[in-house]
Amino acid sequence: MAVKKMGLKQKYAHLTRGLDWETSYQKMDDVFPYDQFEGIKITDWSKWEDPFRLTMDSYWKFQAEKERKLYAVIDAFAQNNGQLNVSDARYINVLKLFLTGVSPLEYQAHRGFAFTGRHMRGVGPRIAAQMQSLDELRHFQTQAHTISHYNKFFDGIAEFQHMHDRVWYLSVPKSFFDDARASGPFEFMIAIGFAFEYVLTNLLFVPFMSGAAYNGDMSTVTFGFSAQSDESRHMTLGIEVIKFLLEQHPDNLPIVQKWVDKWFWRGFKVLGLVAMMMDYMLPKKVMSWKEAWEIYFTEAGGSLFTDLERYGLKVPKYADVATEMAEHISHQNWAVFYQYTHAAAFHTWTPDKEHLDWLSEKYPNTFDKYYRPRWEMWAKMDEEGKRFYNMALPQLCQTCQIPMAYTEPGDPTQISFRCTEWNGEMYHFCSDGCKDIFDDEPEKYAQSWLPVHQIFQGNCGGPTVPDVLNWYRLNAGADNMDYVGSPDEQIWNSWKGKAPAEAAE
Amino acid sequence: MTVEIKTIDFEPKRQTFGHVARRIGEGKPATRYQEAVLDVQATANFHYKPLWEPEYWAYDTAKTKVVMQDWYKPLDPRQYYYATYNISRANMNQSNERNFTFVEDKELLEKLPQATKDLLINRLVPVRHLHWGANMNMSEICQRGYGTAITSPCIFSAGDHLGMAQIIGRIGLELDGQTGDGLETAKDAWMNDASWQGIRKLIEDTLVLKDWFELFVAQALGVNAVIFDYIYNGQDEAFGAASLPISMLTEFVSDWSKDEVKWSDSVIKVVAAESVENKATVSAWAKQWIAAAQDALTPFAGADNAKAQADKAREKAKKLGLEI
Ligand SMILES: [Fe+2]
Ligand SMILES: [Fe+2]
Repeated sequence: MAVKKMGLKQKYAHLTRGLDWETSYQKMDDVFPYDQFEGIKITDWSKWEDPFRLTMDSYWKFQAEKERKLYAVIDAFAQNNGQLNVSDARYINVLKLFLTGVSPLEYQAHRGFAFTGRHMRGVGPRIAAQMQSLDELRHFQTQAHTISHYNKFFDGIAEFQHMHDRVWYLSVPKSFFDDARASGPFEFMIAIGFAFEYVLTNLLFVPFMSGAAYNGDMSTVTFGFSAQSDESRHMTLGIEVIKFLLEQHPDNLPIVQKWVDKWFWRGFKVLGLVAMMMDYMLPKKVMSWKEAWEIYFTEAGGSLFTDLERYGLKVPKYADVATEMAEHISHQNWAVFYQYTHAAAFHTWTPDKEHLDWLSEKYPNTFDKYYRPRWEMWAKMDEEGKRFYNMALPQLCQTCQIPMAYTEPGDPTQISFRCTEWNGEMYHFCSDGCKDIFDDEPEKYAQSWLPVHQIFQGNCGGPTVPDVLNWYRLNAGADNMDYVGSPDEQIWNSWKGKAPAEAAE
Repeated sequence: MTVEIKTIDFEPKRQTFGHVARRIGEGKPATRYQEAVLDVQATANFHYKPLWEPEYWAYDTAKTKVVMQDWYKPLDPRQYYYATYNISRANMNQSNERNFTFVEDKELLEKLPQATKDLLINRLVPVRHLHWGANMNMSEICQRGYGTAITSPCIFSAGDHLGMAQIIGRIGLELDGQTGDGLETAKDAWMNDASWQGIRKLIEDTLVLKDWFELFVAQALGVNAVIFDYIYNGQDEAFGAASLPISMLTEFVSDWSKDEVKWSDSVIKVVAAESVENKATVSAWAKQWIAAAQDALTPFAGADNAKAQADKAREKAKKLGLEI
């Protein structure tokens, strides 16, 4: 007797979307109360193509295998004091930036995907989102476990959780993710699943992990390799979501385009921290930010948006401005942290000659003209015992929350300012991109918890810098200030048998 | 004679992160569980109210009526973090997988009389939909709940329910000769058969709960303790010769159930013990949802069995310190 045996795809469908049912004792709209208000129209959820077909038993099996291997490396690293093998203790500051700025976002992603994994009406995307929720929890936890060993010896790591919710520059990544979490389920999927995971992940995850590889950080790079297969699943989910929304109804296009524009710009602003990390913080450089932007955004993003053209989707608004800014942001950001080193939970330094030459070579159009003279001047002032600090609190952009230090498109000598009056109040922005985002949803962005405003309002421990640092749990004299002269430098030199003067060059 | 190898002195400056040290005591080494879970969720200085629920912050203690002075009291006695959770489930599943191979090789399900197959399709296989509803509930508690101590095991539990729904789905496919027809029949029973309608209504009623800790109680003491427990453990006699292969193929489910209960019991106990008010609130929820589960089970199991099963859940609730 011939049996109509099914193929794998059909079997997977039975084991996943076959589970769902149309509720009748409660209204479907009450079971899924959040998937209508954004205006996205889904006519047929069954058209969803599962981007990967992973049943739960295979998920456990693969992930358990990866975890066994990863934790074996983490254990061995700690046992052998693998931190000795990093290129230089300046590198540890990259990990500080990562753990305080990025790892808490992994956790936020975990909760956010639990939300969409519960509240999208289609089973296919729901299961994929739930798996991503699990993965993101993994990323947070393995990052904490990996960097835990560094925390035992280096400063500026221990209070990452407390700092993420308070410190002025960390409100940039925090507000980015709070923004996504405060959005509806579809916007979250576009913001994080598409814009962040698909368009920008190669400019965030990859630079940190390559930086680890180039700088001898075996445990972080092992985490990176271990997370690669998770990331590729996340990317296929992100691309599937956007295609699905665009295929479902023509009315979705303008909504999705607006989100792509917004989240591209939001993401680009957060990536300024990565730009600075790549160009200034890695003792052994991987590539310049400008090169990374050309490869991963201009080229890879270019072909992605060419592919999406058939749905009518356009390259994100202000992509050209971001590309022009790739010449500048790393220099402008590191300059901000250099001036405010007393209020940062990682160490700063002026680039040495070899480093300056590398930057001149990588940024032939701008570095010698605008930035090199400044670094040379600041280094000279430092030598003369007049190290430059900026004690005035900066004004922050209402949207991205970055201090207003970026320059006008086309004129790197002019600081870029924009403003809007709304509800009788003035709001200030760093760029047209940030102003547009505010103007579209002023009720949302007027709420921003702006660290500098909060200090002025007395909500951050007191009016003086020491009060505020105390409130950040920032251990002044250890966590902050220049690398040279820091306890980090001291411990590193003691291990390496170097005299401090020699290390300082 | 001793051999002394000279090494560099690696005296740690601190043992763990500040937020962990403040809980376990300065200078003490932390476990991986503690570093993975304690104080991980943000608690302050949120930027925007959610567009979809502007009356709360995304993380907001007001999303449940129960009040905890510290949401890191209801810890997970299994101390799961992602790695240990996945390794545990991979191991549990490996032995379940061996059972599948055994049952398939011996054709233990295939050789069953059609009447028994039909019975299983109608009385067991529809439970995969209940697991799917439970999966939605646990994801919901993960997203709505407060504090990583309680929310992270919830996404694990959600994954477990999906996994169990798929194990049952595979049993269905074994029974229907891999055609999917049995799964269709089972779904039809879930949707229309009088015996399942109480259970379907029960889970649908939980899907719209807004108070996430009420949902936790409804799921653990109502859906799990009354319905799942009866479906998996109360039907051996009816399944007859099939009960052995079925219990082999659902070994994962019984391992899971012991594991889950260890955690969910402890959470309910700790939250109820926090205050007189919590105890009263949790007791009222337990009473209400066990009763609802009893009603739901009645058409499926008969009034006597449903009552006996619900009484068992009531006894358990009393042991957890609730007043029923
Ligand atoms: Fe991640
Ligand atoms: Fe901005």
